[in-house]
Amino acid sequence: MENAIAINHLSAWFGENQVLNEITMDIRRNSVTSVMGPSGCGKSTFIRCLNRMHDLTPGFRMAGEILFDGRNIITDRIDPVLLRRKVGMVFQQPNPFPRMSVFDNVAVGLRFNGSMKSRADIAEVVERSLRMAAIWDELKDHLDRPGSSLSGGQQQRLCIARALAVKPEVLLMDEPCSALDPVSTAKIEELIEDLGDRYTIVVVTHNMQQAARISDFVAFFLMGVLVEMDKSAKIFTNPSDKRTEEYITGRFG
Amino acid sequence: MTKRYSKELTNLKEMVLRMGGLAETMTHRAVQALVDRKREILAEVVEMEQQVDRLHIDIDEIALGMIALRQPTATDLRFITAAMKINTDLERIGDQAINIVEKAEELLAVPMVKPLIDIPRMAGIAEEMLKAALDAFVQGDVESAYRTIEKDDAVDQLKDQVFRELLTFMMADASTIARSMDLILVSRHLERIADHATNICEDVIFMVKGKDVRHQ
Repeated sequence: MENAIAINHLSAWFGENQVLNEITMDIRRNSVTSVMGPSGCGKSTFIRCLNRMHDLTPGFRMAGEILFDGRNIITDRIDPVLLRRKVGMVFQQPNPFPRMSVFDNVAVGLRFNGSMKSRADIAEVVERSLRMAAIWDELKDHLDRPGSSLSGGQQQRLCIARALAVKPEVLLMDEPCSALDPVSTAKIEELIEDLGDRYTIVVVTHNMQQAARISDFVAFFLMGVLVEMDKSAKIFTNPSDKRTEEYITGRFG
Repeated sequence: MTKRYSKELTNLKEMVLRMGGLAETMTHRAVQALVDRKREILAEVVEMEQQVDRLHIDIDEIALGMIALRQPTATDLRFITAAMKINTDLERIGDQAINIVEKAEELLAVPMVKPLIDIPRMAGIAEEMLKAALDAFVQGDVESAYRTIEKDDAVDQLKDQVFRELLTFMMADASTIARSMDLILVSRHLERIADHATNICEDVIFMVKGKDVRHQ
């Protein structure tokens, strides 16, 4: 119950190139875990493993265990579409469906998976999702506007609402703020802190100040290896590994 | 600023205040036990010190975590560092109150050298200073902090007065030396408490104005 995802000896390769090496860590339920590290350390590859986003990448393979809901999502027969409903993803570039309205952007997942029939049910979920994404007040009178007409920060919160609409257990976020200005970044960060009480969130970031601000736990990756994972306060006041210390104090990387 | 960060700042302030209230009560009760000759009060003060020690550690841990995780700047940075420094002063005040308790234990076992007049006055001013310092911290009241610092001279003068008076007792009757020395030390502890209250006021001024008024 404590852990939402348990990862054991996860390794991954793009062709001959090994990008993740024997990663073992647990992701605590209903908390925010940041994955931090310099470019090329494998952090994005890592979170994309968690909902099988690499399935269609030629030459990609992974080994080890990623236990979610009691099943190893690497080897067991799992429908990636169903998996991604439970393990949602928000990307670096906000990617709302440009021509769809705000409303339809949030409702699209519900319509695809056919879990809701009536317009009223859908409208209720859309409102709830937009509220959770802290954007309802801004958009409630503009639900028919196209997704592409919003600002970058609004688009990103719309994407978070879209991910929340299908009731995921885990939300993966790959550099969710790096395309946004500081004000939008602050809004997304506050949203992540708030959602962290109800969802398991894994955020990839190369911005360690952001990792410090928003997360309960931090995992530090370096060249495909998990160097250290601990509570944020521990990592940023007294890390156990010298390499973590050097990275967070700006002595390398 | 996120809601959580702002809650953390409020929480830190409340912890400092709780600790300040304890330090104030400890000082008051320790002197009261001595003046009213009520030994049973002493245990109460010792019990409060454990709470103060707990808060001493917790406040530093929380403040350190906030510096590491929130990267505070400007007002927030000065507030958090002030909280850490005030934390140290309050813990020292708690220690001084315990020192008074220890002297009181000895003094309550023997007859008084003389009725206590200046020591309760010193305690009154020191407590007032501490209370005003904490109010200034909460309200960011620089004027009040400056006024409070000025009261420190009165406490220093009373300490000298206590010393001169007890000196005459000791010269007249050597059997009063031990008891008189204990009382002189109590006045010394109270004077130190007023000094810590002064430090707190100086930290408040730095917190609000960014101006360092120490050693002036």
